[in-house]
Parts: sequence; structure tokens; C-alpha cells
Amino acid sequence: MPEATQIRGIGHSVRRKEDPRFIRGIGKYIDDVKLPGMLYMDIVRSPYAHARITRIDSSEALKVPGVAAVVTGKELEAAGLAWMPTLMSDTQMVLPTNHVVYQSQEVAVVVAETRYGAADGVAAVQVEYEPLEPVVDPFKALEPNAPLVRPDKDKKSNHIWHWEAGDRDATKRAIDGADVVVAQDIYIPRIHVASIETCGCVASFDRVSGKLTVWMTTQAPHAIRTVFSLVSKIPEHKIRVISPDIGGGFGGKVPVYPGYVCAVVAALTTGRPVKWIEDRSENLQADSFARDYHIRAELAADTNGKMQALRIKTIADHGAADAAANPSKFPAGLFSICTGSYDMPTAHVEVDGVYTNKPPGGIAYRCSFRVTEAVHTIERMVDSLALKLNMDPAELRMKNFIQPEQFPYRSALGWEYDSGNYPAALRKALDKIGYADLRREQAEKRARGELMGIGLSTFTEIVGAGPSNTFDILGIKMFDSAEIRVHPTGSAIVRIGVQTQGQGHETTFAQIVAEELGLPVENIEVEHGDTDTAPYGLGTYASRSTPTAGAATAIAARKIRDKAARLAAHLLECSVDDLEWQNYQFQVKGAPERSKTMADLAFAAYTNHPQGMEAGLEAVCYYDPPNLTFPFGAYVAVVDIDRGTGEVRVRRFLAIDDCGTVINPMVVEGQVHGGLTMGLAPALYEQIWYDADGNMHGGTLMDYLVPTAMETPRWETDRTVTPSPHHPLGAKGVGESATVGAPPAIVNAVVDALSHLGVTHIDIPITPPRLWRILQEKGVAL
Amino acid sequence: MSALEPVGRASIRVNVNGQQHSGEVEPRLLLVHFLREDLNLTGTHIGCDTSNCGACTVVLDGVAVKSCTVLAVQADGASVETVEGLEQGGQLHALQEGFWQEHGLQCGFCTPGMLMVSHALLQANPSPTEDEIRRGISGNLCRCTGYVNIVKSIQYGAAKLRGETPVSTQEPTHA
Repeated sequence: MPEATQIRGIGHSVRRKEDPRFIRGIGKYIDDVKLPGMLYMDIVRSPYAHARITRIDSSEALKVPGVAAVVTGKELEAAGLAWMPTLMSDTQMVLPTNHVVYQSQEVAVVVAETRYGAADGVAAVQVEYEPLEPVVDPFKALEPNAPLVRPDKDKKSNHIWHWEAGDRDATKRAIDGADVVVAQDIYIPRIHVASIETCGCVASFDRVSGKLTVWMTTQAPHAIRTVFSLVSKIPEHKIRVISPDIGGGFGGKVPVYPGYVCAVVAALTTGRPVKWIEDRSENLQADSFARDYHIRAELAADTNGKMQALRIKTIADHGAADAAANPSKFPAGLFSICTGSYDMPTAHVEVDGVYTNKPPGGIAYRCSFRVTEAVHTIERMVDSLALKLNMDPAELRMKNFIQPEQFPYRSALGWEYDSGNYPAALRKALDKIGYADLRREQAEKRARGELMGIGLSTFTEIVGAGPSNTFDILGIKMFDSAEIRVHPTGSAIVRIGVQTQGQGHETTFAQIVAEELGLPVENIEVEHGDTDTAPYGLGTYASRSTPTAGAATAIAARKIRDKAARLAAHLLECSVDDLEWQNYQFQVKGAPERSKTMADLAFAAYTNHPQGMEAGLEAVCYYDPPNLTFPFGAYVAVVDIDRGTGEVRVRRFLAIDDCGTVINPMVVEGQVHGGLTMGLAPALYEQIWYDADGNMHGGTLMDYLVPTAMETPRWETDRTVTPSPHHPLGAKGVGESATVGAPPAIVNAVVDALSHLGVTHIDIPITPPRLWRILQEKGVAL
Repeated sequence: MSALEPVGRASIRVNVNGQQHSGEVEPRLLLVHFLREDLNLTGTHIGCDTSNCGACTVVLDGVAVKSCTVLAVQADGASVETVEGLEQGGQLHALQEGFWQEHGLQCGFCTPGMLMVSHALLQANPSPTEDEIRRGISGNLCRCTGYVNIVKSIQYGAAKLRGETPVSTQEPTHA
């Protein structure tokens, strides 16, 4: 009988299978791909945010030793490739033919024999610009005489789209008639995922077979293959996209950027493989931008603090193109999760997308489609309401939580929350952190003039898109897939439609199969990321791998188990109905000594299967989730403020997460640690901003402050477990919960530290200068 | 070849992971490119262009340096240790074991730099406190782990290098 300690399926902290190559430095990341005869590509970029291009002269560049070609928009235009679709059905220039619309925009590419030669070539390309007036403020962009960012569009306006959800009239009535209304402007600035590996690709075209192979830093290789095929007209079976080891994704590696397309064009035109690897500064200045939401929120309640209505109006600054990878019916993503964990009778939310002269925006930052913006808004508003009512923020939350017995819960904005127990999570958090003691300590410190704050965030996430009847990317439905093949000697290969960028799929998906089939985890190999071998899937982002492909993996394994049951009945000479799956094997009911393990049955599937049964033991599942999953958490931040410098020190941070069934506790904890750090970052440090001329600030790691080990607190974590009722394993997805949940906990703590001085809100990032100015105004700076 | 050599070439000899290498390099060639492109040691990664991220950290004559900010010609006559040199005789280095056991990596891209900076740290200070570890790795960025497990990994490696039995926070290892 196989032992659980041998199988190490669900619930075990199995050491990761991918690590042996990474700790030896023999992982294969994009820049490690090297092909014979390969050329290197580098990019000429615009110094202006808005300008007409009057001349591009490549002649000097072509004289640089080793330069093989210079490609400009003119060449692309001739091939019909000067423009490309974004994943949000907008369009974006690959290379410009006559004008540029953001600083650092790609203007031309140079390919050369060496990396250094390509850079020399870029320096030698001469471009003449005639600067145009840029518009960088989305509110000004909406004014009648604003410069037009996208004259190529039929609509001669910078307004892209309007989207709304909920009941406008009922919400207005509730707010107009409410006892208490709090209103707040909240800006969630533009930030950047800054994965430590930048973007890049190697494109190679085989003239003989006609096959294009692209190694690419992509989180969604299959979707990219389909888009490449549709745009280039190369038949899809002649395109192979390989996502090798990826050095962090976080959403930034979902879209297609101009550099990828240019490298493919360069490979096709030169007939040689072409490698393009972004510099960090290019990465920070030209692609992967998230957030940039200007929010106006109003929350209404009665005098007892019972919430009545939520109204939100938002301007979404998308820069020069809507580059979001949102499902097509959701231009503002899942922002309508903004009623949060609270039983909100009515709500209305509207968002308007706007073009400005900034790089394309709307891309995720470790966040399922605008959930961070939604959570930040509601969690800030709840604290504003608590302050207005002079009520403890924990008490106000408890009073308004959706109760466990209300699930499945239909929210005012139309979501059906699958499961949750919010009071239990918050109680656990308060007990564990010692909330009452902290409040006492705060009162003592306040009396001494010290600034200490305690902040809560009790968030609900929405992850795991599909279901496919509502969710698609460019028309491709958001299902996901798994394919399992069990070998004769009892080991197996699993191929999945999603792709790891560090989440540990090679381990956790093997654990799912180990659990379902009773095979030891080390005998199961997981393969992913190669469109020639992996089943079609939509990729890994929006915390969707476990909710979708994880479910597909479990179901494919169960199909295998069904066939194995028939093999077991054959070998044990009984009927399938006489068998039970117990202790990771099939045994005869009432006679457990008569049993067959999966290894026995796999061998029989190839050597001793009954007449009339197909040989082999394999299965495929394309899983269409019936609903999204709704992970949640209760976070507490404790901060101290330095009155001399304005520095916020996060003294303690406790995260109670609930992602349903946990497959690998060690991996889940790691995801939470990382997510918390990517929540800390925008709360206190990271921001990209533009001056009135459209010059970018924050475009290198010298001024875009990714937290180091010094700023990052010693995260404390724990969990509650409320399984998803509709997921085959009860799992919900966890990769982004902490990034979503952490920022408002930190901001709420800072505001809490200053609330007695009349501070009700501070926009992120709460940098020392920003906070020091507030301390000055309030007369408490040292 | 001369057409490709606008500024001539320099001869260098560098000992990398105990092996002597010589090369003819452009004077502007960065050490990280010499390691990755000329010697095919791709474990040393490039994550930025401003010396902030530390993914390219190697140990040069006993000192942790960012190899994107060292010219290959500056390493002439020197000894360089890279991540590929940590494993000896088929035995993982204690730090490699620590990172694996304590889940000190996720995407793995910063890991070689983290390993090399902590390798140099432990040679200078075999028993660092947590604060000393955090300060010691503060020139290296990790976007995945939130550093908690990296600190534990280094503590594990340090204990093992001191001859103690490291205390793991995770499940027991399996062969």
C-alpha cells in the first residue's frame, strides 16, 4: 500500500522540482538561448513624448562594422506590420511611420553580429523630430482642445471607452438619503512589475520547413502563437512559441511588445536567428505599465455603520494604447469586485479609459484584472467611514461582512462569491497580532507624541478566469488544459496549458497528479511552455493556474483513474462496482488485501489489458470553470513613523490568507511572502510619473525603488481554509492575494497613526518626502 | 576580423572557478558578457543596467562584485567564482542546499547573485545575525520571495558550513 509520505500529494511541502537547475545556474532563460549564426537586435527609441518624425537616416548605422540591417516603420508598413493589435483589441504601433506618441517609443531597430555592434548601430541611426505638444494629464486629455494622441482612430477624441456596472439610480437614491457619506479622491499611480529578468526573445525561421520558432518571455505562449498566426498569416502549425524558464512575470510578460514583432520580422528578412533582450531601463521606460487609476469614491452608511451604497467614478489613464490583457467584455477588468467583503445593498461603478502621451498602459502588476484598484478603494473607504463614525475599523468590518451562511453570495455588482468566512479570518488575525494590546500601546505612544498606527485590510479577490461564456482574450475562451500520460512502469508525464514564471508548477501540478493517482511525486514530470507539445491553454496570470489548469489536471487524473478501475476489475476478477479507491490504490470492498496500485495498473494497461479495451493510460481535460474563485484574507499592519524623516517603518505585518485547499503549504507561503513585498512596494516606494513634457521619472532602478531586504519586514503568515465548492480540489489560487490585500493595510496604518491630527487619506506611495510634508503641516515634524 | 575591431583587443587571463581561461576581448567588454558569451557560463544573469539588482554578482578575488560594472580587462590576472563553481565533486554547496530546502527561490533569476553574495558574506562572517544577512544582501533584488526565505536559506547554509546540523523550517528532505 503506498504511504502518503511516499506519495507526497496535496498538502505536503515538497521541495521544488525546478530548483536543482536554478541553484546550479543552469536554468535556461531567454538570454541563455544561443543559436548558430544568431544576430542581435537593439532598438532606437524616441526622446520625445509626442513628435513628428521628419527623417530617419540609417546610412551611418549601416556602415558600422557588423550591422546587418536597420528596420524602420516604412519597411514594416510595406509588409502590413506597422501596427499590431493589443490583447484588449486596441491597436499599437510596432514602429512608427510618421510620428511618435510616447517617450522611449520604438522608432527603428538595428540587427548586428554582436550585442555591442547592435548598440553601436543604434547610436548611429539619425532621427530628426519635430516636437508636438504632448498631453500627459488624463483630465486635460478629455478637454475639447487637447492634443489628439491617436489621430489614426475614427473617433477624434482621447476618450477610449466608457464602462459601468450596477444600479445608478438606486445608488444615487441611497447616497442622497444616507445618514453618513464619506467621499474620497484616490489616485493609484502608474507602477511597473520590474521582474528581475526583462523581456526578450529569440526568433528563428527555418526556410526549408517554413517553420518559425520563437523563444519568448511570455506568460501565454498559445495565445501568442494564435495572435502571431492571425497577424502574420503564417499557418499556426508553422509557428512554435517556446516560453523557456521565465525570470518573473507578474503580468508584465502577457502582452506582445513591439520588440518581439521586430525580432521576428528581422529573422524573416535576414534569414538568420535574431535575439532581442531589453535593457532594464528600456523595460522600465517602454512597457509593462500598470494601474494609473484616478478614483472618486463615495460610501454611504447609516449611523450604526451599516453600509448602504458605494459609488465610484474613475478615469483610467491608458497612455497611448489600451494594452491591458483584460477579458474582452471587461475593459476595466474585474474592478466591479469593489464592494469587497461587505454586504453592500447597492452600488454603481463607472470607468472611462483615456489616451495620453505615455507608454501603453493597463497591464497587470501581479493582480487579477484591476482587483488591486478595487480592493484599495473599498478598504480605504471602510477606514474613512470608521473614522467618520468614530468606530473601530475592525468592528465596522465585522458589522458589514458577508456572513458565512450567505454564500454563495450575489454581490450588488453581479458576482457570485463561491465561499468565504470573513469573520473567522479577521478574528484570527486580531487574536494573533494582539489587536487590543496594540491599541493600548498606540494610545500610550500617542500621549507621548509618538506616531504608531494599526491598519487592517479584509479583502476579497476574484481569480481563475473563465468561465468561458463570459471570459475571453481576443475571442479565445478562457478555459485551461492538462494532458497526462502514465508510462508502463508507473511514472507519468503531465503537460499543462499554463506556464510557470516561478510559481512552482513543475512541483505543485505533480502533487495534484500524485494525490489523484497514488504515484510518488518524484515519478511525475510536468512539462509546459512549448506550444508544440503542451495542450492549448490561456497561460498563467490573474492567479488562474490552479483554479483552471489545476482543475483540468485533477479531472484528467480522475479520467485515468476511471480507466484504471476497469483494469483493476479485470486483474482482480471482480466488477468495477466492487472496488473502492482507498489508501492510494484500488481494493475490493471488504477485502482490502485484494488490491492493485496505480503502478500495477499502468503496467497492465500496456501488457495485460482486457480484450476490447484500448491499450495505454492517458487522458486530456479542457476545463471550463463554472465560476471564478474568491480567495480572501485579513491583514494587519503595524507601523511606526519617524517624525524626523517621514519614514514609515512596518514593524509587523500579519497576513491571514484563505485560498481554499492548499496544495503545497511551502509554495503558498512563498507566494504570499512575495505578494506582500509587491504590496509593500507601491504602498511606500514605487511610482512612475511624467512631467508636463511627458518625460518619464522612475525609469531606472536607481529611481524606481524596488524594496530590498532592508525595507522588507519579516512577514508573518497564517491561514484559514474555506474550500471552493465548485473547484475539483477546493482550491482557489493565491499568487496575487497578498499584492492586492497589502497596500491598503499599510496605508490604513499610516492614516491611523495620524488620524488624531485630522489626516483622513494619503495617496500612495507614502514616501518620506510626502509624509514629511504632512508632518510639517500638522506641526509634528521633528 | 579587423573590421569588427574598432578599438582593438586586449589579451586577458582569468581564473574562473579554478580553471584558467584566456581571451582576446574588446576593452569595453563587461565581465558579465565575458562570462556569459565567451565562456558560456550563463548562470550569472543580467537584471539591470545601473548596478542595482545584483543578479550578476560574482566573487572576484574573494570580494562580491557586480560583474556588469567590471570590465573583463579589469579581471585580468584575477580569480572569479561564479554560481557554476559552487557545487564541488557532485556535492551541492551548503548554500545551494539551503536555498532549495528553505524555498529561497521562485523564478530563480536572482538566485545565482544571491548565492554568490551570501557565499562572500559567509566567508567574511560565518555567523551573521539576521540583520547582518539582510544588510549583506541589500545590494541584490529579489522580486519573488520577499526575502524571508532567502534569509532562512542563508542561515541554513551558514549553520551547515559551521559544522552544525541546520534546522529546517520545511518538511524533511527526501532523497
